[in-house]
Amino acid sequence: MTTPPTPASTADATHARRPAIAPHGVAGAAPAPAGHPELAVRAAGFNSWYGQFHALKDLALDIPARKVTALIGPSGCGKSTFLRWINRMNDTIPGARAEGTLTLDGGDLLDRGMDVVELRRRVGMVFQKPNPFPKSIYDNVAFGPRLHRKHSRTDLDELVENSLRAAALWNEVKDRLKSSALGLSGGQQQRLCIARAIAVGPEVLLMDEPCSALDPRSTASIEQLIRELETQYTIVIVTHNMQQAARVSDVTAFFYEGRVVEVGDTDRIFTNPANKQTEDYVSGRFG
Amino acid sequence: MPPAPDVVAAARNAAAASRRGTERSRAVRAATERLVKRALFGCAALTVLSTFTILTILLWQSVGFFAMPEVSLGDFLTGTVWSPLLGDEKHFGIWPLVCGTLLVTAIAAAFALPVGLIVAVYLSEYAPRRVRAVLKPVLEVLAGIPTVVYGFFALEVITPFLHGQVSERFGTYNAASAGIAVGIMILPIVASLSEDALRAVPRSLRDAAYGLGGTKFDVSVKVVVPAALSGIMASWLLAITRAIGETMIVALAAGGLARMTADPTAEVQTMTAYMVQIFLGDAPATGVEYRSSYAVATVLFAITLAMTIAGDLFLRRFREEYD
Repeated sequence: MTTPPTPASTADATHARRPAIAPHGVAGAAPAPAGHPELAVRAAGFNSWYGQFHALKDLALDIPARKVTALIGPSGCGKSTFLRWINRMNDTIPGARAEGTLTLDGGDLLDRGMDVVELRRRVGMVFQKPNPFPKSIYDNVAFGPRLHRKHSRTDLDELVENSLRAAALWNEVKDRLKSSALGLSGGQQQRLCIARAIAVGPEVLLMDEPCSALDPRSTASIEQLIRELETQYTIVIVTHNMQQAARVSDVTAFFYEGRVVEVGDTDRIFTNPANKQTEDYVSGRFG
Repeated sequence: MPPAPDVVAAARNAAAASRRGTERSRAVRAATERLVKRALFGCAALTVLSTFTILTILLWQSVGFFAMPEVSLGDFLTGTVWSPLLGDEKHFGIWPLVCGTLLVTAIAAAFALPVGLIVAVYLSEYAPRRVRAVLKPVLEVLAGIPTVVYGFFALEVITPFLHGQVSERFGTYNAASAGIAVGIMILPIVASLSEDALRAVPRSLRDAAYGLGGTKFDVSVKVVVPAALSGIMASWLLAITRAIGETMIVALAAGGLARMTADPTAEVQTMTAYMVQIFLGDAPATGVEYRSSYAVATVLFAITLAMTIAGDLFLRRFREEYD
């Protein structure tokens, strides 16, 4: 017996606006199969260590494509560690290792033969503190593209402009592209870092507390930007700010002591969490 | 439960006793403080005073030199013949000595600046912790070797090698041999100071570059080195200043023949080597030759001072604020 392919893809389309992820351990829903078009990153039985320290324990988490997934939880719970495995940034930390399943579009991220340079082109990262290079605004955005390919002058100009527009920074800097990026305000610098990440053409954007060093106004502009970028990028954001998670994300995963305690639609996690710990955390009773 | 009343009373008594102690020693403490302050000021004043004394002597003797009938300031600054000891007619044109110094320094810099930077990049970005633990102390030992040893090394090893393996034209004394030895001597300065500058580049910049898909080479060459450029330049300038002032190596290996040449195989005399020759020779302390070495020293001082000031300006102009 063969299943006609059409109904399946129709089902995908209709499910697109529905909860992307069934809450783990709540309804016992089967995780989406690897390579599923709506699924970007999948972790199962995932463990990681820094030397002797067991940072992530038997972690299971599915991250939907072209949605914003927020990772919340108290400090030291493993959110950033998990984030840094998705683009293998942990490779730069001596003693960091991981086991289990971690895939991006079905491809094994922990494969020894994995080309991390290629991976990081597909998975961009924005850091906690804005970290523009001490170069011009233009050179910051052009840095990634220049690493990977030779570009003609006009192509590069266009790429820089488009990236800055996508990061909602173009109008503020178009007249001073050649001046130092360090002259920008903190919020502008962070948007520049987002533009710099976008310029490489990633599928996934990882954001590690991108607003924690910014003032409220800059934070608002970054949050709005995240909402706009969502249509084209899979975004995973680590945040300590509960309101921020509620405002910008579609899916929220609550981390506690190296485990994912609960994951589900953001609305539900914040209004009707299934787990007591989650409820205590999102209502501000601890953490 | 509140503490027992007798414990509280004991604590109060102890505190009162210690306060009384403070009253008694206040005068002593103030006196000590004054003494320390004066001693520190004295030490600081001593360095400034010695610098000014040296400078005064240099200038005083130089004025005496130019007041002599055999010399003129114009000839000194523009002349291309330096022959203070030979022949009936003495010439005091500084350029052959400046030229010798620059030739040796250029050879040393051509070797030490790039190699030192490469060593620094390796140490800071590539070297595993264990390799670094060996290499760094070796470099520091290299910096501690007396320069006379480098001079012998140049004469006994580098010169025979150049003569035997490179070209017969290299004589017993030649600029290249001295230049290479000076280069080896200043290599640790460049490597060590540049490495400090590279390691001071914040980790966040490396993260940013790795996060964009940079290889280790990309990150080192396109981010870390440019960000540390001011510190690297400072290490270069310091090393060059050190090379210009180096005396023992050039006195031993470069020779004693002052002439205008850019030929590395040739024997040359540097400003410092000339001064050694005069002070170790039997030139009378009132003679024109003796005084001439002070004029040479003044020029040397002016050159190194200019380098230091240029380095300072450069650092201020190009210092990157990355925090």
